[in-house]
Amino acid sequence: MALINYATREINFKIVYYGPGLGGKTTNLRWIYGELDQNTKGKMITLATEMDRTLFFDFLPVDLGRVRGFQTRLRLYTVPGQVFYNATRRIILRGADGLIFVADSQRERREDNLDSLRNLKDNLATFDLRLPDVPYVMQYNKRDLPNLMTVAEMEELLNPNRVPYFESVATKGIGIFETLKEIAKTVIRKF
Amino acid sequence: MRIDRIKLFESGFQAIKENIEKLLQQSDAKAVLLVDRDGNLITNAGETEKIDLESFATLAAADFAATSQLAELIGEQQFLTLYHQGERDHLYFQALAQNIIIAVIFDQRTTLGLVRVRVKHAAQTLSKILEDIFGGQEQLAPEEEARIEDISKDIEDELDRLFG
Repeated sequence: MALINYATREINFKIVYYGPGLGGKTTNLRWIYGELDQNTKGKMITLATEMDRTLFFDFLPVDLGRVRGFQTRLRLYTVPGQVFYNATRRIILRGADGLIFVADSQRERREDNLDSLRNLKDNLATFDLRLPDVPYVMQYNKRDLPNLMTVAEMEELLNPNRVPYFESVATKGIGIFETLKEIAKTVIRKF
Repeated sequence: MRIDRIKLFESGFQAIKENIEKLLQQSDAKAVLLVDRDGNLITNAGETEKIDLESFATLAAADFAATSQLAELIGEQQFLTLYHQGERDHLYFQALAQNIIIAVIFDQRTTLGLVRVRVKHAAQTLSKILEDIFGGQEQLAPEEEARIEDISKDIEDELDRLFG
C-alpha cells in the first residue's frame, strides 16, 4: 500500500515480482541492483536457502529522487516461487501496489506458469482482490533458451487481460528495466 | 482501481514523533522505530546512525508477518509482542492498531521489564493517535491535494531518466 508522508515528504510504492520457481525473479532484482548507482539503490536483502533458492523474499529499495519535493521510492520484492512456500508468498503479496508476473518461456514450464498464475489469483482473493483490479504486467523470461513457447502462445495461455508484456533474458539484463519502468508507470497512473 | 494509500500529515506525524521520543527517554532504550506491516519506516528516534533503517523496517515487518502465521497455526489470531535476545543488543516489538509496529532496540542500560512496561503504556497513546489518523484521514488543503494528483507525470519523467 502506497505510503505518503506529508510531514517528511516521502512516497513509497511496493512492487512484487511473482511467478514460478526458478523463473528469474531474483535474477531480475540482482540485475537491477548491479546496474543502478549507489545513490539510487539501497541494500538488497535476500532471504534464501543454502541452495540459493528464495526462502522468504528478496527486497531492493530503489530511490527515484525528489519529485516536487517528495522523496519517491520503489520497494521491490520477489516472492519465493516454490509451490510449498505459499504462506510466505501471501505475506509478501499483501499491500502490493503493482505486480510483475515473471513467466518461464520454456515449453516444459507451461504447467508451472499456469499453476503460479492460478496461485496468484487465489492469494489475491484472500485479500478480496481480483487480478484485473491490480496493476500488473507480464514478463516472458529466458527468451534465449531452446524449446520455447512462442510469445503468441504465452499470451494466449497467461494473459487473458492483455496487460503489457515484455520478452526478457534476465541473466543478460534484456527487458528488465523496460518491465520495471512499465509497472512503475502503471502504478503511478493509478495513484 | 485506485491504489490504497496511507496518508500521514504534519499534525498526526508530530504527535507520533513526540510519543516515540518520549518512549525512548522513559525506557532508556538505544532506539525506537515505528514501521508499518508493509515494511515502511514511519519514524525513528535514538541511536540509529549505524542501522540500515530501510532494511530494518522491511525485516521487522517480515518477522511480524511470519510469526503471525505461526500464531494462526496454533490457534492464536496473532502475537502482539515479539522479543529477540542478543548478546549485547535486544529487540522488542509490539503490534499496534492499524497495522503499525513499535520496534525497540535496547542494551544493558535498561531491562526487558522496563521496556515492556513503557512500550505498553506508549502503545495505548499511539494506538489512539493512529486511530484518529487512519479513521478520519485528515483532509488536505485543496492545493496540496492537487499537487499530489499531478505529481504522477513528474514521477514518470524521473522513471524515464533513471531507467532509459
